[in-house]
Amino acid sequence: MKCRVCGRKAAVEVRRQGQAFCPEHYLEWFEHQVERAIRRHRMLRKSDRVLVAVSGGKDSIALWEVLRRLGYATTGLHLQLGIGGYSQRALEATRRYAGERGLPLIVVDLREAYRLSIPELAELTRRRTCSVCGLTKRYVINRVAVEEGFDAVATGHNLDDEASVLLGNVLHWQTDALVRQGPVLPAKEKLAKRVKPLYLLTEREILAYTLLRRLPYQHEECPFSVGAKSLLYKEALNRIEAQSPGTKQAFLEQYLKRIEPVLQAGLPAGEVALKACERCGYPTTGEVCAFCKTWDQAYRWARKKRILPGESVFAPEPALRFAPERPN
Amino acid sequence: MKVVLRTPDREERELKGPLRVAELLKRLNVVPEGVIVARDGELLTLDDEVGDQDTVEVISAVSGGRR
Repeated sequence: MKCRVCGRKAAVEVRRQGQAFCPEHYLEWFEHQVERAIRRHRMLRKSDRVLVAVSGGKDSIALWEVLRRLGYATTGLHLQLGIGGYSQRALEATRRYAGERGLPLIVVDLREAYRLSIPELAELTRRRTCSVCGLTKRYVINRVAVEEGFDAVATGHNLDDEASVLLGNVLHWQTDALVRQGPVLPAKEKLAKRVKPLYLLTEREILAYTLLRRLPYQHEECPFSVGAKSLLYKEALNRIEAQSPGTKQAFLEQYLKRIEPVLQAGLPAGEVALKACERCGYPTTGEVCAFCKTWDQAYRWARKKRILPGESVFAPEPALRFAPERPN
Repeated sequence: MKVVLRTPDREERELKGPLRVAELLKRLNVVPEGVIVARDGELLTLDDEVGDQDTVEVISAVSGGRR
């Protein structure tokens, strides 16, 4: 197989586009795809201060690298979830990447900020780990972005993530979730703009980029992801993709272009109104937001089980400042 | 040849070469769309051939999970 640009031996095949590239032209192609997605959906302006949510995995590290190369002013945000050695190694990979390039990195340790780890939060509330983890991450990332005045939050969601979420929502006809899917979620009062610049690149393409750029990343998977439904959906979509290249992209893109607008138009008058949470002041549809409710509940049990002292009361304001670390 | 699977846990297999990468993945029952195959840090395409003396890495690209 030959590179479509220079004719040298190809290293990466992009079957959904019937193309293959040598390492040099693959990197060029990849970065151009991200730039094009940003421009097409007006995700970011060159003057924006961008908060990059970085787990330490290949997607978020690749995203940070491309945004840095495209000249955006980026700051990384890494959440320490407290999932044993896995979380430790995630932090090491993130610090190594940021340190090698002298990029600012904010680290929020949940145990320091809110006194409990994600596994403790899940156990105390008897809820699924991925559910309380997702809820907490979304809240803290938004809070940091709003309080520190960032123009947008960029996340490493890729084509496989987006297509598998879409498949899951379609299989269960979750219309409320379906209308919220898209590469850009605009800013609202106390809600930072969220963008997904990698949403049209597959995991395989992102891994190839990470390996060719020799970026440090955490290859290991979260121990709580074993048996996840989304992995089943990804596997199913990849089996279809192998037989019919381009299916994942068409599934997502055509949904966003042709179906989502119809669903949006069919919704009862307007969106559900957002109001300020009585506890923390951040947007919610109810009186108290899901984050405050969940953490309040965890604190009640933590007091009963004497994991936290009897006088401990949950406070949504974190017990630390969101300051970037000095690069190593 | 030695095949090192990182999907994502490390596992080693022995396969008889030479083989095209597409055939190698078929024998391992691995969907090509979910992995990158490399030899000494060089990324390979499905039509590349790997020999008996090679050490080949099969690295999983699939990540994440929400239950």
